[in-house]
Amino acid sequence: MNAKTLFAKIWDEHHIRQDADGTTLIYIDRHLVHEVTSAQAFEGLRLNRRRVRAPEATFAVPDHNVPTKNLANGILDPISRLQVETLENNCREFGIRIFGMGDPRQGVVHVMAPEQGLILPGLTVVCGDSHTATHGALGALAFGIGTSEVEHVLATQTLTQKCPKTMRITLNNTLGPGVTAKDMVLYLIGQIGTAGATGHVIEFAGEAIRTLSMEGRMTVCNMAIEAGARAGMVAVDDHTIDYLANRPFAPRGKDWVDAVIQWRHYVSDPDAVFDREIKFDAAAIEPQISWGTSPEMMAPISGQVPDPRLVDDPVRRQSMEKALAYMGLKPGTPMTEIPIDKIFIGSCTNGRIEDLRAAAQVVKDRQVADTIKLAMVVPGSGLVKRQAEEEGLDQIFIQAGFEWREPGCSMCLAMNDDVLLAGERCASTSNRNFEGRQGAGGRTHLASPATVAAAAIHGHFIDVRGL
Amino acid sequence: MEPFKVINAIVAPLDRANVDTDAIIPKQFLKSIQRAGFGPNLFDEWRYLDRGEPGQPSSGRPINPDFVLNQPRFQGARILLTRDNFGCGSSREHAPWALLDYGFRVIIAPSFADIFFNNCFKNGILPVVLDGKTVAELFQETLATPGYRLTVDLEAMRITTPDGRSLEFQVDPFRKHCLLHGLDDIGLTLEHEEAISQYEMKRRREKPWVFIPEAGDRLGFNV
Ligand code: SF4
Repeated sequence: MNAKTLFAKIWDEHHIRQDADGTTLIYIDRHLVHEVTSAQAFEGLRLNRRRVRAPEATFAVPDHNVPTKNLANGILDPISRLQVETLENNCREFGIRIFGMGDPRQGVVHVMAPEQGLILPGLTVVCGDSHTATHGALGALAFGIGTSEVEHVLATQTLTQKCPKTMRITLNNTLGPGVTAKDMVLYLIGQIGTAGATGHVIEFAGEAIRTLSMEGRMTVCNMAIEAGARAGMVAVDDHTIDYLANRPFAPRGKDWVDAVIQWRHYVSDPDAVFDREIKFDAAAIEPQISWGTSPEMMAPISGQVPDPRLVDDPVRRQSMEKALAYMGLKPGTPMTEIPIDKIFIGSCTNGRIEDLRAAAQVVKDRQVADTIKLAMVVPGSGLVKRQAEEEGLDQIFIQAGFEWREPGCSMCLAMNDDVLLAGERCASTSNRNFEGRQGAGGRTHLASPATVAAAAIHGHFIDVRGL
Repeated sequence: MEPFKVINAIVAPLDRANVDTDAIIPKQFLKSIQRAGFGPNLFDEWRYLDRGEPGQPSSGRPINPDFVLNQPRFQGARILLTRDNFGCGSSREHAPWALLDYGFRVIIAPSFADIFFNNCFKNGILPVVLDGKTVAELFQETLATPGYRLTVDLEAMRITTPDGRSLEFQVDPFRKHCLLHGLDDIGLTLEHEEAISQYEMKRRREKPWVFIPEAGDRLGFNV
């Protein structure tokens, strides 16, 4: 009866009070802030003459609007520049720490924060950004919020929430060679759909998760939101603790010893009951590629673009037809025959060192195909960039014909200068293939770093397992 | 926030599933540091034939006559009827801001994405979940009847159709209360200041490693 899920342990521990209808006030341990979703929240505080309750629990970083080249020129677009400056000014006014532009640690918030040891097991973590789910990889409860809630957290260090449902996705066996965490999560979304986990917090479990690195777990949790989940999480194990050791903001000395003892407790009890359970065989997963305009429109590399005429449900058929028209694809086209114009390697999904290593391994001693108009690598943070340069990965990319850029969100959502033009087709390691996401009229195919790197070399998708 | 009581208004049918927040308000408009003014760029890529830029006046832009909100019969709509999983993707609250600024106060769908659903309530928009069959019927009636209007009564949690049918819906009591009275929930939470402080003290005692006040300074951090 006392058996608890990982989620329930963290939720119960953060409970401050509850209303009769189940609305719960929970305490927030860490709050991450970026420039796009925070200005109106700070403005709200000023208008209501409120202060930030716990400035030391909030950390800010500009990432969405930052340029990825010619940094010395600053941000040229005046509207983008104003947004970043507004963040800097707000942090100064309210006493919040910021990893500003020019700080070597600056980067995509979801890459930078774990790297700094800001995210610890058992914490509640929020950010005005849906990919906050990433941080659940460390055994934390991390979820995205809107700007009104950003303001609420700044003012009160709490949120009012309804308790979500729980779901466990167990991935038995291990991934085959050449198949990565990204393929695994793309496959899951293809199976359960973009609303498959709505209202639920997913715990990812099973041998294929236990054998993943922390980077890989972050990739999986990152995209939990693309399955509609409130959050994704992974139980604490040795990987988690090894990852945290000696991170700048992780506890030290006696605090570290005490913390590790407590962290071991952030796992689901063996008899814990989940509202839903799903199991998959990880060994059966192939490299995945999206063909449509929703992350559930997914095919294995050996597959082909599906035919809407074979689908009975009229709403689904219609969205497939719209997606294929937008993507300029014909049913029956093998995934390996889709020609690519641009290549994007980066984002909070796949901008970590391990992702760059996987891509570099494919690219090494090869050349980007002539038909590719632009191939770019955007490291997830300044420290990822530095590490990659120490390992010589930048030279591998540059010699192959890639552009080696400065860290930021870049062409994941194209708020800076890195955009797709209408009709251009991009192989991308990011997380969303929505219409216009990477530029109005641009066409996005989501895939793993290795698959995207191979597409750069061949000019079309190819099965990395055969390389 | 404007209190929500009863809305009687024209219904606009947006016949798509999985409408994401990138489509509701494209990213170039997220650069604004204001809460207002997003209405002219709601569904920008579907509504106009050119690419919209922030700060550009919307009058004079070529409109897409096929897009539902551009059709004369749906002008002045305050109720949006749509399909499953509306508001998925990015957490941007600019999406409800844009819907509200355009004039929508009610969105009816078989299901919503979580963060969007939550964000609606913070901005005086009522998201109503009705089952897929009822939504399909409302689509048919809206399309078949020019000037089709619905009455949405939050207090009674009831929608009334022109032919007098009643459709019941559910809203959490707390959210309903806030919406009905236009309450700022930060103010409500601050009434529990005592409980928050006590919790904080207990947490500091039990898990001191959660709190990292000096860590930044140790690293030569500049606030
Ligand atoms: S990299 Fe993309 S998904 Fe991640 S935070 Fe930036 S814009 Fe959002």
